[in-house]
Amino acid sequence: MISLQDSLAGAPTMPLKTGETPRERRPAPMIFLVVLWLSLLIAILSLLTLIVNIVLEGGSRFGLPLFTEYPASSPDRAGARPAILGSIWVIGVTAVLTIPVGVAAAVHLEEFADKKHWFNRVIELNVQNLAAVPSIIYGLLALAFLALIGVRDKNIVIGGALALSLLILPVIIIATREAIRAVPSEIRDGSLALGATRWQTTWRQVLPASVPGIATGSIIALSRALGEAAPLLLLGALVFVSFDPNGLLSGFTTLPIQIFNWTGRPQEGFHELAAAASIILLGLLLLMNGLAIYIRNRYQKRW
Amino acid sequence: MSSSADAAPMHLRATGQHQVAPEVMRPIMEVENVDVYYGDFRAVSEVNLDFGLNEITALIGPSGCGKSTILRSLNRMNDLIEGARVEGEIRFHGENIYGKDVDPIEVRRRIGMVFQKPNPFPKSIYDNIAYGPRVTGMKVQSMDDLVEDSLTRAALWDEVKDKLKQSALGLSGGQQQRLCIARAISVRPDVILMDEPCASLDPIATMRIEDLMQELREHYTIVIVTHNMQQAARVADRTAFFTAQPSEGNGDRTGLLVEYGTTAQIFEDPQDKRTEDYISGRFG
Repeated sequence: MISLQDSLAGAPTMPLKTGETPRERRPAPMIFLVVLWLSLLIAILSLLTLIVNIVLEGGSRFGLPLFTEYPASSPDRAGARPAILGSIWVIGVTAVLTIPVGVAAAVHLEEFADKKHWFNRVIELNVQNLAAVPSIIYGLLALAFLALIGVRDKNIVIGGALALSLLILPVIIIATREAIRAVPSEIRDGSLALGATRWQTTWRQVLPASVPGIATGSIIALSRALGEAAPLLLLGALVFVSFDPNGLLSGFTTLPIQIFNWTGRPQEGFHELAAAASIILLGLLLLMNGLAIYIRNRYQKRW
Repeated sequence: MSSSADAAPMHLRATGQHQVAPEVMRPIMEVENVDVYYGDFRAVSEVNLDFGLNEITALIGPSGCGKSTILRSLNRMNDLIEGARVEGEIRFHGENIYGKDVDPIEVRRRIGMVFQKPNPFPKSIYDNIAYGPRVTGMKVQSMDDLVEDSLTRAALWDEVKDKLKQSALGLSGGQQQRLCIARAISVRPDVILMDEPCASLDPIATMRIEDLMQELREHYTIVIVTHNMQQAARVADRTAFFTAQPSEGNGDRTGLLVEYGTTAQIFEDPQDKRTEDYISGRFG
């Protein structure tokens, strides 16, 4: 029997140079690495193809008139101004509707609700499931709601915002809960031990500490709403809007719907316009996601 | 202005004998027949213990003996743990803190707490101190003076007076813990509970906290949980030894108070065999 003493005293019993291929460079690990690289390549290439394709097709139409002109029967005179303004209106109203409600719901679930109570467990399960419901269902829900309260013309800014709010509310609740959960319990204990109430602790310690997470989650959710067309189409979103939206009850169209409309036209010029509008949409999404990443890095957790 | 360096020299301090606890204790808190439960599980049973005014009392014992549980019961921090329940009476200035109509918020203001891991708020040093007075609605003539006074009492003022607006998270671990002590002082408590306050600190920072505790004793009553027997011997006037014992029926272990006396008596003349074994390092 070889004891530890023997091997330490004498020469090493196993040479470090085995004479075989190092294990990291044998076929199986190498194949695995190649598969990983290929997967990454497919993802990046398809995104690149998309962007290059859009830029090539829509680049010639991408210019000031696209931002300032109204839709028209001729592609040469048409622009996406009402769609851009409509998107901004709808997303803005959606943000105002969703963020306070979503954050408040998340605060209740995380900080105040008795997590063992069946009622809260049901709510929790539902929020998780709602996040996975197809967007068109939310369009139906908003449609039914508007019909119920007797709104006749359902293609209005507040109607669209309502549908999109329902869509992203679960996403914001989930993101906020994650952010709140990331605040260490030591911070809560420290505050409560000084004689602060639970409400003061939530309002003055937990929420400020979770703002970066809430902001990031909200922006990501809003950028999802920005790209949605299905629930708005269900509300009867107008595809030809030649006026600027000017209020909650104003008719509207959005960028995805405008793109959808132009793509369906026979003339080549409208297809180019659709591609140019897609550049705007992609740019906006990129901007929003960039902002989310910036906020996340800027306020990195320091505990 | 006092700083920790002015306190009694260290060589007097390490003997464990300089603290002459008064024969007659003037209790500020009395724990009577206290059981603490978490759901059906009894974590500690039948604890009887008095804490003397302006004394430092150490709670020692092996892991799971219930010393932290008792500590958290003293300012109703246990209320925040779901299913936690205290039976018996804990009196503060003669009044049962678990009595009807007692506001736990006020209990926590009067009986402050310092935690094992320094937990400064992610705010400026100044705002860390000002937070307690602000949320408790304390009438303060000058917040600046209160901040300076609290930091001075915690022997931190000289080190931070030029960077009050900077984040408290930039301080060293030892400084953060003294900041937490200053924060606890800011709401003018009578008692400060310390849950292993030096567990995450190096020996130098630990020494500074121990020096600070001696100064704080002039104005406050301190109850400290510590795993470090030498620390108890160095700082405490009285020491309570807890242990965990299997309860009848199931495999759960329940904490109980074995012996309580002056620190000198506990360390030099323990009356219980279990205390003696623990102190001498034969167990735990």
